[in-house]
Amino acid sequence: MSFLSNIFARRQQSSSVAKDRLQILLAHERGAGEAGESDLIRQLHKEIMEVIARHVAVDQDKVQIKVDRGSGCSMLEIDVEVPQELSGKRGS
Amino acid sequence: MAKVLVVTSGKGGVGKTTSTAALGAALAQSGQNVVVVDFDVGLRNLDLVMGAERRVVFDLINVVQGDARLSQALIRDKRCETLSILPASQTRDKDALTSEGVARVMDELREKFDWVICDSPAGIERGAQLAMYHADMAVIVTNPEVSSVRDSDRIIGLLDSKTQKAERGEKVDKHLLLTRYDPARAARKEMLSVEDVLEILSIPLLGIVPESEDVLKSSNVGAPVTLAAPTSLPARAYFEAARRLSGEKLEVSVPVEKRGFFDWLFKRDA
Ligand SMILES: Nc1ncnc2c1ncn2[C@@H]1O[C@H](COP(=O)(O)OP(=O)(O)OP(=O)(O)O)[C@@H](O)[C@H]1O
Ligand SMILES: [Mg+2]
Repeated sequence: MSFLSNIFARRQQSSSVAKDRLQILLAHERGAGEAGESDLIRQLHKEIMEVIARHVAVDQDKVQIKVDRGSGCSMLEIDVEVPQELSGKRGS
Repeated sequence: MAKVLVVTSGKGGVGKTTSTAALGAALAQSGQNVVVVDFDVGLRNLDLVMGAERRVVFDLINVVQGDARLSQALIRDKRCETLSILPASQTRDKDALTSEGVARVMDELREKFDWVICDSPAGIERGAQLAMYHADMAVIVTNPEVSSVRDSDRIIGLLDSKTQKAERGEKVDKHLLLTRYDPARAARKEMLSVEDVLEILSIPLLGIVPESEDVLKSSNVGAPVTLAAPTSLPARAYFEAARRLSGEKLEVSVPVEKRGFFDWLFKRDA
């Protein structure tokens, strides 16, 4: 690859990353309309919290719900920090 | 003690969001705990510049209104673990940001972080005033051209009158960050010089960030320029500015025009 095409190839890279990122973001924003998708995530968040609260008394701050929006699907990652006594009880 | 810093300008498009991301990352890269807060409600972009846009669930307004805990809205940067972002809302009503709500969130942020860096929206209206209200320090982002300098002057006026510090008879610690500085045009005297801007605004200079394609490339890939291109000229300017914010006394370096081979070839006699 020549020196010049090398430079152009690199330039291509950052702009095509930009395009991919925008396409993913806009697909979610357009599909969602006015905050539709985030409302779904918030609803899930609320109900998951309620289910957890039914079984263990955990601090809201100890439950982390994260999203990663992708092109085909989105990942929902739920981290629940269960208190020591509870996680121990099951084993013994 | 936590420091609240507002990055503001009056004029739009001068580099506030770019500078918030770069300064925030530079401070975090030095090991301090930093949160960058997007106050540009309705037009959030800090998440995009920082590469966190796919991970936003809750935003500043959700926290202000009590719909989410602060810890649930904060997004930790994947490349730098001392850096977090609190996104702005994209769609909601700007008036949802109440002064009391913002005050509560700022108090909570002060407890968790060493630096709280607020990315102000353009303009001098309520949004810009909310972003600056709690500031201990301000970075005034200015481009070396007349309308930007004029707007910076108005913002300096607001910092001296409409902030909590001003109400208490204290002063916000103000710093000038000259961005999109083009050494070639400066050499041709087509731009206001650094001295001119400093003389007019008379606040201390935090740094001079050159116009550079590295800034655009970094925003393409969703990373502050200090993380994406740490050895580039703009990144160096931001690293130095961050050290000055932390209290180091460093001389500000003025980016000089690097004459390319072709300039040299054709302009030798000019
Ligand atoms: N040093 C620089 N060199 C080249 N381009 C730059 C530089 N700084 C900022 N830019 C570009 O200028 C544009 C505006 O920057 P940015 O979004 O940071 O401004 P802003 O002040 O936050 O704008 P707004 O008022 O709309 O919020 C962006 O396209 C950004 O990439
Ligand atoms: Mg901005």
